[in-house]
Amino acid sequence: MEALEENGLKAVSRRNFLGYFGGATALLVTAAACKKDDTPSNTGVNLGSGDTGILNYAYALEQLEAAFYIQVAMTPYSGITAAETSLLTDIRDHEIAHREFFKAALSTSAIQALEVDFTSINFSNRDSVLNTAKAFEDLGVTAYNGAGKLITNPDYLTLAGKIVSVEARHAALIRDLISNGSFADNTAIDANGLDLSRTPAQVLAIAGTYLKRALNASNLPTS
Amino acid sequence: MNVQNIINQIEKVDPEVYEKLDTRRDAMKSFGKASGRIALAALPLALGSMFQKAYGQGSTTLVADTLNFALTLEYIEANFYIKGVASPGLIPTTAAMNALTTIRDHENAHVSFLRTAITSLGGTPVTFTAAQFDFTAGGTFADVFSNYDTFLAVAQTFEDTGVRAYKGQAGNLMSNNDVLTAALNIHSVEARHASHIRQMRKARGVDVKPWITGNNSGIGAVVAASYAGEETTTQAGVNIVNLGGFTISAAAASEAFDEPLTKEQVTAIVTPFFA
Repeated sequence: MEALEENGLKAVSRRNFLGYFGGATALLVTAAACKKDDTPSNTGVNLGSGDTGILNYAYALEQLEAAFYIQVAMTPYSGITAAETSLLTDIRDHEIAHREFFKAALSTSAIQALEVDFTSINFSNRDSVLNTAKAFEDLGVTAYNGAGKLITNPDYLTLAGKIVSVEARHAALIRDLISNGSFADNTAIDANGLDLSRTPAQVLAIAGTYLKRALNASNLPTS
Repeated sequence: MNVQNIINQIEKVDPEVYEKLDTRRDAMKSFGKASGRIALAALPLALGSMFQKAYGQGSTTLVADTLNFALTLEYIEANFYIKGVASPGLIPTTAAMNALTTIRDHENAHVSFLRTAITSLGGTPVTFTAAQFDFTAGGTFADVFSNYDTFLAVAQTFEDTGVRAYKGQAGNLMSNNDVLTAALNIHSVEARHASHIRQMRKARGVDVKPWITGNNSGIGAVVAASYAGEETTTQAGVNIVNLGGFTISAAAASEAFDEPLTKEQVTAIVTPFFA
């Protein structure tokens, strides 16, 4: 497990390790060991305020994505092709790069390493993995798109822009792996040809499923 | 959407809203003039514009000018796909035709959306017709509408350039949250297009990924300007390669961040495509 933790996974590694190899027994253990933190969002991990808060918000999402793809690479789903392995490994490395960038940029203002909860994902099953990947990537796109207007420093806005288009490239690829040609279908794009955007509250309501502790976004800017 | 209701709501938090709006007669006038033509989807942009003028935040001229720059790029893309999809024998499979038709429709929608947005801001949208474009770029891509691989290469260049162009303009839209968000929502769609076009080229045997590795286009020096700078592995002074002790190659570090282009760089890139 030491090696896993060096790869940036915390407690999740062990749980998913068990979940992957242990079947139903592990699920029971997992359920007992992972009582969900149901406290209101204003008592969770505090993202902070202003641009720092938005960067921490992005850092949290990148932590989630990186942890997911690290797990995917460690426990590849059955029937994975060489091409899929290569693409998913690239995405893992991109998400680690994003996560580590925010951690370095935020320095002492960075939130803690987050513990993830992937008990709802079956990492041995292609559909489960790719549908989760699609959800994460589309969520990431809408999160960055919605956060742009909350940023006051133009340099940070550009940085968010540099990352969101890569997330969109991921989203399109994952969608095409699920169903070729669905890279920008009408479940992601509106009638004006626009991607969607979500507020931090909307994003965290979805992302919270995969986090052991809630995130406190109450100090983030709202406009 | 009831505009009066919105203003009434604002009055609750700012009792002087009517005075502010009233003393900006131009803002009201341009709003009233434009409102009849504003599609529902663009109404928030129009309201944003009206209040921006009333409250004197930022430069609406800069925002409208920036959107006209974006509109110009969307006209290029829209006309390119319109012609490609309509070129007999060019697109070999149904799946490819479906994908390119989807992209064409998005670019057309972007043209329409941006025209409405610019008008609602009190600006005048630029207009281009098919005859104003030369997608061979003066003969550089002579077989663009008869050779599928050339067509896809030009498509990839347009999409990747479009992503970089929008990214480079985001800062100019910060004074108007609704416009900024709309532009970001277009920006990520262009990236989705780029990802798919690159996979289409990959399927044709070209060594490209959905993301941009270094400054490699898989096309050649002729499009080098569209990829210059993408090889960057340092962001905000932070070296991404092996950051935090994790294995992050230079290739992955470059792929993980798309880079912006300036208006001048983009203009130089697209100028050969005008007849």
